[in-house]
Amino acid sequence: MAETEQQQPEPAATEASELLRPTLITGGKTPADVTRDICAPMEGRPTALWWGALSISLTALLAGVVAVTYQIAMGIGTWGLNRTVGWAFDITNFVFWVGIGHAGTLISAVLFLFRQKWRTSVNRSAEAMTLFAVVCAGLFPVIHMGRPWLAFWMAPYPNTRGSLWINFKSPLLWDVFAISTYLLISAVFWYIGLIPDLATIRDRSKPGWRKSLAGIFSLGWVGSARTWHRYETVYMLLAGLATPLVFSVHTIVSMDFATAIIPGWHTTIFPPYFVAGAIFSGLAMVLTLMIIARKVMQLENYITVLHIETMCKLMLSMGCIVGLAYGTEFFIAAFSGNPYEQFVFLNRAAGPFSWAYWTMVSCNVMIPQLLWFRPLRRNIAFVFLISIVVNIGMWFERFVIIVTSLHRDFLPSSWADYTPTIIEITTLIGSFGLFFSCFLLFCRFLPTIAMAEVKGVLKNPRRAAKQDSSKGDAA
Amino acid sequence: MSDRMLLATFEHEEDLLDAVEVVRKKGCKIIDAYTPYAVHGLDRALGLRPSRLTWVCFVCGMTGALGMLWFEYWVGALAWAVDVGGKPWNSLPSNVPVAFETAVLFAGFGSVFALLGVSRLFPGKQVLPVLERVTDDRFVLLLDETDAQFDVSTIKAMLSPFNLVALEERVVSGGELQ
Repeated sequence: MAETEQQQPEPAATEASELLRPTLITGGKTPADVTRDICAPMEGRPTALWWGALSISLTALLAGVVAVTYQIAMGIGTWGLNRTVGWAFDITNFVFWVGIGHAGTLISAVLFLFRQKWRTSVNRSAEAMTLFAVVCAGLFPVIHMGRPWLAFWMAPYPNTRGSLWINFKSPLLWDVFAISTYLLISAVFWYIGLIPDLATIRDRSKPGWRKSLAGIFSLGWVGSARTWHRYETVYMLLAGLATPLVFSVHTIVSMDFATAIIPGWHTTIFPPYFVAGAIFSGLAMVLTLMIIARKVMQLENYITVLHIETMCKLMLSMGCIVGLAYGTEFFIAAFSGNPYEQFVFLNRAAGPFSWAYWTMVSCNVMIPQLLWFRPLRRNIAFVFLISIVVNIGMWFERFVIIVTSLHRDFLPSSWADYTPTIIEITTLIGSFGLFFSCFLLFCRFLPTIAMAEVKGVLKNPRRAAKQDSSKGDAA
Repeated sequence: MSDRMLLATFEHEEDLLDAVEVVRKKGCKIIDAYTPYAVHGLDRALGLRPSRLTWVCFVCGMTGALGMLWFEYWVGALAWAVDVGGKPWNSLPSNVPVAFETAVLFAGFGSVFALLGVSRLFPGKQVLPVLERVTDDRFVLLLDETDAQFDVSTIKAMLSPFNLVALEERVVSGGELQ
């Protein structure tokens, strides 16, 4: 509760304008302040907290590397899969990470097209998060192949097997194209946004490795109006391209399931359901990371309660869509008259995996309803907790969809149970290690907030000066 | 070739925008302006035409989409036709997702590389130290002095109402300031 921050009410005239257009960046920052504040964490020595977090993440990553090496050497028989449950932990993790990766593009592209200026404080780190999450996601299908050194077989190249080409009619192949395009476009989007900030770092650093590297990667950016003009055009184009892309990616991921004839997977609701779920989980992860980052890096004036509250509203709306999808699935199963479909859903809610199902429903639908209350949305400790809950809930959503649909199939004699092995769990932990190691390194070496964009949404200094003098307390 | 240029530095975007308007009315030639962030309305004030990069994006996107559609058709129906689930060999709907992804990929990369090419941005490009604070908080207007009627003191008088921070003359060889 102590962290609930309230903007001090201003005199009447300002208050009215505050209601119309709330201050995004608090603390009366000037562009020079923005540069200094955002660059400060990169220029100082890393704190003990950062080293601690990095060591934990790297340890988790190392454990993951050992687990993956072992399972590749031994074969994926080291997993808890069986003939009935042929997909479980690995694909759950894949869909989970791809979902996390959706918030970055939502914030940077979709909100850009909707002219949501608050996005400027969070888009950089959300995009970075997207990149790392998609990398984590991409690893799982490669591991799942069992022979990852043959991953290049998925590329359409003339080969000595015929040429027997890849099957463009398979959703799994669409996935390869969707995920790799998404990774590349997100990387380019992120890098293009970084160029002006890298130029800032280049210009303020003393000669040394930082200045040289920033000099190379800022590509000689000097902030020319002509370049900005073209840059804005390209940024808009990329946003326009990334928006349908982000929807297509999770649509295609959902088709991995929806085009199969397994009851519980074979539904037309899957694409919108998956996209909403992806954005939901991504926003939760953005909130988790942002709430930590603003505290540790003292960015409270840049990532304000307003930002957190807005993201909570978005998350709540996505959570409601997800809840609606859960309900719709049950309704359609009942309405279809298809006994297999009906059985799968009853089995989900009351079968051996009902604990996973109800974890999912409470974490994703019930608990987030608390966000309808404004004081709770503005309570940072509470929002942090909710974001963790949603992350857990969304992991279970994928687990429920995949495992409960498979484990009791058409033939009762082949029904089976599924328990993950330690190898699978360690692989999941390793992916978290990879994600957080990358994110911590990003926070250390690159500006976590898009300086050039934040400078553009600062309160107009001249107008602010006028207001100050009218109040009689001119600075 | 050597050019004489005048660099006027401002502290606020509004000053720069006002100065650009006045200077353009006077008929002085503005070479460029340098700002720490994309200043809203500066492109219009400078009279910049809408960028044609949108066309690059369109052409690249269409190349990606049509090229991939053709390739998928060739692979699935001509080079080695494989019956997949009884679908027609040239099943268009199942070719759409990959064609769409390729369109986005080509359009995105095409526009970005076109931007870098047109704006002459490349790794290792040297920048002039005078513009260092532009990437922090300064706004610089670059005027062409080669015009015979150009008079620094008039310009200075004209720009001083806009909280001019610095005015500096430069001789630049090679055409481009950067």
